[in-house]
Amino acid sequence: MVALIGLVAGVVLGLVFQPTVPLWLQPYLPIAIVAALDAMFGGVRARLEGVFDEKTFVVSFVGNTILAALIVFLGDQLGVGSQLSTGVVVVLGVRIFSNAAAIRRKLFGA
Amino acid sequence: MSDAAKPPGTTRTTGGEDGAAGTPERPRRPLAPLTDMLRPRLTRGQLAGALLSLVLGFAVVAQVQANNHDTKFATARQDELVGILSDLTQRSERLRGDLRDLENTKAGLERDARGQTALEEARRRADDYGLLAGTVPAQGPGVEITVTDPRRAVRAANLLDALEELRDAGAEVVQVGDVRTGVDTYFVDGPEGVLADGRFLPPPYRILAIGDPHTMATALGIPGGVVRTLRGLGAEVTVTPRARMTVSAVRSG
Repeated sequence: MVALIGLVAGVVLGLVFQPTVPLWLQPYLPIAIVAALDAMFGGVRARLEGVFDEKTFVVSFVGNTILAALIVFLGDQLGVGSQLSTGVVVVLGVRIFSNAAAIRRKLFGA
Repeated sequence: MSDAAKPPGTTRTTGGEDGAAGTPERPRRPLAPLTDMLRPRLTRGQLAGALLSLVLGFAVVAQVQANNHDTKFATARQDELVGILSDLTQRSERLRGDLRDLENTKAGLERDARGQTALEEARRRADDYGLLAGTVPAQGPGVEITVTDPRRAVRAANLLDALEELRDAGAEVVQVGDVRTGVDTYFVDGPEGVLADGRFLPPPYRILAIGDPHTMATALGIPGGVVRTLRGLGAEVTVTPRARMTVSAVRSG
């Protein structure tokens, strides 16, 4: 509940302040967001399965976003940035879908 | 995950069998875990989750808005951007040159009391348009193309292809045989051979084109291009760049 309020507050803050993404962050923010979404879904799933642990959640959230951005950064340095970000997005997308499927089974039993 | 797939009905039946024991299992609503999860609790971990969610929401909005601003250049890679930039630079240089020319003309016209500059300008334009329309002879660098056609296999379409290719490559003045080409030049297959603008063209065909010799020679010689097609028809083609040549044929207008 508190997390949901936080999410809404974040969106509202973003709409109010109209932030501009700094140039050095621009290639990495989308990937970091997808990684954060993955961590989010993972957290909800763990909560529903009763194995939610706050420390794990925070560490995986922060760690995954930074790792995803780092992978893309490394890819950019190696000259395969766009391909590598596609790969990261695919992997994270698969994880998001499997988490969403688990959540759905927990909630609706189907 | 697999026990989650168990339908809620299963628990209810077992509950019904054990119902006699006096501890009736509370019938679980399907969305009970959700409402349980949404119950507000204030612990440190919850606050941390809220903070991270806040950051996520903020970042999503920032990214969406950044994407709305410039979708074209934000996703472009460095080499694409360099290409776009150099295109723009070239174009602006060309436009600046045009601007300088036009300003010179304007200044000349303003200074000019007796109409000398205006007259020169008009003559220059008459020359330009005369060259384009084919009503005046022309001189300059270009290529000379000779097509011998021993098998009589070259059709009007092939000559039209050659002419179009030359025009694409920047030929300003073109003469085919002794016909000066213009905007309405046509080629027809006649009973004896190819007719250009109604005049019979006897082979070998000789084409003179004024323009950048290198560009035109390259355009003619590309794989699958005009020269290859003509050679495929059994014709002998020679392309000779010339530093200076004269196109003397004119159109009567």
